Amino acid sequence: MAYALQQLINGITLGMIYGLIAVGYTMVYGIIGMINFAHGDVFMIGAFLSLIALTGLGMLGITYVPLALFLTLIFAAGIAALYGWTIERVAYRPLRGSFRLAPLISAIGMSIALQNFAQVAQGARDKNLPELIPGGFKIFEENGFVVQLSWMQIVITVVTVALLGLFTWLVTKTSLGRAMRACEQDMKMTSLLGIDVNRTIGLTFVIGAALAAVAGLLFLLYYGSINFYIGFNAGVKAFTAAVLGGVGSLPGAVIGGLAIGLIEAFWSGYASVEYKDVAAFSVLIVVLIFMPTGLLGRADVEKV
Amino acid sequence: MAEVLLSVDRLTMRFGGLLAVNAVSFEVRAGDITALIGPNGAGKTTVFNCITGFYKPTGGRIIMHRPNGGDLELAGMPGFLINQRAKVARTFQNIRLFAGMTVLENLMVAQHNTVMPNVARGLLAVFGLGNFRHLEAAAIEKARHWLDRVGLIERADEPAGSLPYGAQRRLEIARAMCTDPRILCLDEPAAGLNPRESDELSALLMSIRDDGCAVLLIEHDMGVVMRISDHVIVLDHGVGLADGTPTEIKANKHVIAAYLGEEDPEDIAEIVA
Repeated sequence: MAYALQQLINGITLGMIYGLIAVGYTMVYGIIGMINFAHGDVFMIGAFLSLIALTGLGMLGITYVPLALFLTLIFAAGIAALYGWTIERVAYRPLRGSFRLAPLISAIGMSIALQNFAQVAQGARDKNLPELIPGGFKIFEENGFVVQLSWMQIVITVVTVALLGLFTWLVTKTSLGRAMRACEQDMKMTSLLGIDVNRTIGLTFVIGAALAAVAGLLFLLYYGSINFYIGFNAGVKAFTAAVLGGVGSLPGAVIGGLAIGLIEAFWSGYASVEYKDVAAFSVLIVVLIFMPTGLLGRADVEKV
Repeated sequence: MAEVLLSVDRLTMRFGGLLAVNAVSFEVRAGDITALIGPNGAGKTTVFNCITGFYKPTGGRIIMHRPNGGDLELAGMPGFLINQRAKVARTFQNIRLFAGMTVLENLMVAQHNTVMPNVARGLLAVFGLGNFRHLEAAAIEKARHWLDRVGLIERADEPAGSLPYGAQRRLEIARAMCTDPRILCLDEPAAGLNPRESDELSALLMSIRDDGCAVLLIEHDMGVVMRISDHVIVLDHGVGLADGTPTEIKANKHVIAAYLGEEDPEDIAEIVA
C-alpha cells in the first residue's frame, strides 16, 4: 500500500512534466496539423538555458532560491519562445502549402540540428545541478517504508496545474485563443476575416516553446542532471502522451501525460525498470487500436 | 451618382491554358447593391477570389478608393490585409463557418483585430492589464447587435455547425459584417434557401446597403437579383457582357442569348420575371 502510494506520487510528478511538453505538441498539431518533432529539443534547450541562468545568477551572488528560480523561469521561457518562433519561421513557414511530409522532414532535421548544437555548445557529458529545493515531508510510514512527498514534487504539480489553468483560459476565453481555434478549423477563412494567420501560428509556437522551457526547468530541478539527449526521450514520451490523450485536445494532453507517467512509475516499481518504455508504448498501441482518436480526441471535423 | 468604391480594371486571371477571366472591368459604387451574374463557369467566383486575395490576378488592377483619398491596389495583397485595410469582407458559396465554435464566438473571431490589435496588447491581456475587458465587452455588444439583426440572438451559445442551413447563411453574413466592411462580397447567398428565407435575405441585404455598406453579390436567383440590385454586371465565358440597371439588363439581347443560347422571348420573360 505504502509502496503503491509512493509510485503514485512519483508517477504524477513525471506525468505533469510530460503533460507540459505534450501541450506544445497538441497545440501545434491542432493548428497546422503537423507533428513538431523539434519540440522535445526545445524542452532540452529550455533545460540548458535554465542551467546557464542558475549558474549565472549564482556567480552574480543571487542565491535566494525563489528569486533565482523566478528569474531563471523568465529567462528560459523568453529565450525558448524565441527559439520556437524562429523554428517556425525558418523551418516550417516556407513549407506551408507544400506536400504534407515536407514540414515533417524539416522538423526532424530541426530536431537533429538542435541536438547537435547543444552537444557542440554544451558538451556531451551530463551536466549536474545541486538540489535547490531539498526536503519534503513524510506522509506515513508502513512496515519501515516511508512514503515521501518532496517539496520539488509539490512545486512541479502546482506550477503545471497553474500553467495549464492559465493556458486553458487563454485558449477558451481570449481573442488570441479564438483566433487559434479558428485557424485550426479553416485557415483561409480566418485570414479573410482580417486575422494574420502567420502571426497566430507563430504565437502558438512561442507559447508551446515557453511551456516546454518551463518543463525543462522543472526537469532540471527534479533530476539534477541533463544532457543534450534528454529532448529525444522526453519528446517521444510527451508526443505519446498527446496521442494517447487525443491529439488536438488540451486536457487530453495532460491526461495522456499523467497516464504515461503512472504507467512508467508502476511498471518500474512492480515489474522491471528496463522495460518501462515497452510498457508505456504497448499501452499506447492498445489504446490506439480501440480508440483511434485517443482518450479525449474528437473525430476529425470534415474540412470543406 | 454615388462615389466609386472599387474599380476593377481589365482584370485577367489565367490558370495554365485556361483564361478564366479576360479583361473584365467594372465599378462598385458606395450605397449600391451590385450583382454579378452569368451562366455557370462565367468567371464570377474567380473575380471574387481575385478581389479578396484568394488568387493573385494574372493581369489588370483592382483599386479600392478610400474616403481619406488613399487608393489601395488589391491585386496580389494578402487576404488578411484586404480585409484589414481595404475593408472587404466575403462569404462563400459553400458555407465556411467555424462549425466547432459557438455562434457568438464566430462573430468574435471576426473582431480579433479590434480586441487584440497587436502582440503587446495580447501580452498585457494575459496579465489582466490594458483595456482588454473593455474591448471584449464592446465586441460582444457588436456581435449581439448583428445576431439580433439576423434573428439568431437566442442561439448565441450553440455550436455554429448545429444551426439549420438558412441560419448558417445569415450567420456568415453577420460574421462578415462584424469586420466593419465597406464592401460585402456575397457568393450565392440565396442558394438553397426557401422563398421565405430568400425574402428575409433580400430585406437584410437592403438594410445593410442602407446602413452604408456596399454589397457585391453573385447570385443565380434572378428574382432576388432583379428585386434588390441597383446595378447588374453580366459575365459570360470570362468576359464582361453587359453592365447596367436591372431593367436595362432584362432587355439586353446579349444577356438573353448567353443565358438561353437562343433568342426566345417567352423563355426570357419567364426567366427575368
